[in-house]
Amino acid sequence: MSIPEAILEVKGLQTHYYTRAGVVKAVDNISFVIDKGETLGLVGESGSGKSTLGFSIIRLVPPPGKIVGGKIIFAGTDLMKSKEEEMREIRGKRVSMIFQDPMTSLNPLMKIGDHLTETITTHLKIKKDEALEKAKALLDKLGISPERINDYPHQFSGGMRQRVVIGLALALNPDLVIADEPTTSLDVIIEAQILELLKKLKADYNLTLILITHNIGVVAEMADHIAVMYAGKIVELSDASSLFDNPLHPYTKALLESVPNIRLSEQTLKWILGMPPDLLSLPKGCRFNSRCPHAFKKCFETEPELMQISKNRFVACYLHG
Amino acid sequence: MVRLWITRRFHIRGSGRFLTLTGAAIIALIAIITLLAPIIAPYDPIKRDVGGAFIAPNSQFLMGTDLHGRDVYSRILYGSRTVMLVALASTLLSLIIGVPIGLLSGYVGGKTDRVLSLIMDSIYSFPGLILAIALAAMLGPGVVNMSMAIAVVYIPTYFRMVRGQVLSVKENLFVEAARAIGAKDRTVVFNYIFPNVLPSIIVVVSLNIADAILTEAGLSFLGLGITAPTPDWGFDLKSGQPYFPGVPGRGSYWWLITFPGLMIIIAVLGFSLLGEGLNEILNPRLREGE
Repeated sequence: MSIPEAILEVKGLQTHYYTRAGVVKAVDNISFVIDKGETLGLVGESGSGKSTLGFSIIRLVPPPGKIVGGKIIFAGTDLMKSKEEEMREIRGKRVSMIFQDPMTSLNPLMKIGDHLTETITTHLKIKKDEALEKAKALLDKLGISPERINDYPHQFSGGMRQRVVIGLALALNPDLVIADEPTTSLDVIIEAQILELLKKLKADYNLTLILITHNIGVVAEMADHIAVMYAGKIVELSDASSLFDNPLHPYTKALLESVPNIRLSEQTLKWILGMPPDLLSLPKGCRFNSRCPHAFKKCFETEPELMQISKNRFVACYLHG
Repeated sequence: MVRLWITRRFHIRGSGRFLTLTGAAIIALIAIITLLAPIIAPYDPIKRDVGGAFIAPNSQFLMGTDLHGRDVYSRILYGSRTVMLVALASTLLSLIIGVPIGLLSGYVGGKTDRVLSLIMDSIYSFPGLILAIALAAMLGPGVVNMSMAIAVVYIPTYFRMVRGQVLSVKENLFVEAARAIGAKDRTVVFNYIFPNVLPSIIVVVSLNIADAILTEAGLSFLGLGITAPTPDWGFDLKSGQPYFPGVPGRGSYWWLITFPGLMIIIAVLGFSLLGEGLNEILNPRLREGE
């Protein structure tokens, strides 16, 4: 093992959506570091800001969203200071994205081969037939027959399309891949296949991966570190095994308890009472206070910051530290 | 047999098939007339006194003769050239102006979109023919001026349609995905958005030609389009109109307005049918249960 080298460092990132009803702080002062070759699992329920965080890293937050503060230090340079042309160079080549829904993330009017060659020729100055050869090799690696390079997306199944989407993200051997719920719209068998493929490619390419998901089972299999997001904030950041063995934040604990487990009886399956807070009007104090079984006075007064508990563990909760 | 082959070859089904093929047949007929007018026409369309004045249709003059003794049949054949030239030129002009502006406005959004939409909507708010009349009166008669006047009227149609489609297409994940691979805005617009808007443009083009034919006829009828002696359906309709009641004892000179009017109706019908048919084929949501 070589010495860990940080590839991405996010510092105090803030992304807000300026809606008519008010300002939604979807990503509220988030910081984390990812080392080269590492997989970070980003877990949270719908609307917790995890996808927005993913889009913020490549600065493609859809309007009315806007990054209002913080630093995104990628391979030594702050992307917040990069020009749009420089960002285009980085997107797809050095940082790429795998999207949630393979049914809509491919252009229905473009051949599979054209999708791949376009990605390649956008960044590399090579001839079209050279790019086509690369695309064929890539398809082969993804477990798709290269003969199908002239097919259109509708001729592919969901799982195959997602393979293509993964291929698009890996085409140029990027330093960082952001996978935004890559298996959410697939059935469990295909999900397992795609995760297997991702694992294999991760080993082959020595990928650095941010895996965004609401499925804690997915990150359990793949992630080295896990960040748990709640209402726009990271509430717990830890290495994967300690998080599963001993969750610190009450939300993480509740999240793990709400996963069906075949070895436990039905009665032990719990759920989290209430709803996540409205991001337009956050409660005073801790964001989880209304749903937390351990909440005490302080939790309703001031908001806990993410604090280091041990070498690899950070938690934003007054029960600890 | 041919019909069967066409429908199988192009996967055309349902009522769209009937509309499209009927429309295409009419357009093919008009295309033949337009292209082969010099060969088909028995007389020079502007030559006077090829027979006498106001001769009723007979075997020598299929559609009779007019005030100046010109052959109405020959004028109808040549007239399609003027009509089609103006209709196609104006459609092409509004297409090449309206579509790019619509793409830009829809894709860029923001202030650019608001300003362009405001301009286009203000043009669109005028009744088409009234605006065409005003512009044609300003520009003066002639084929080129008339084409420009008609083109301006239909630019907003393309703009609004394309802009609306872009707004919906650009919400697709594949557009976001294209940007995430580092594609330039130009690539995103032309490779990802435009091809998805194209089917709707094709439909509008066909309906637009039908409309342009009608507007062209209207302008010429009002004397704002083609000048004498150029053969033109709208203009001939107007020239024949005073003589329609005929003179006492000789009956109505019905052929002077019937044939130009009929040609206008047939041509408009052809393009309308094609447009509606294509719409049903290309936009499957409108397709009825097959």
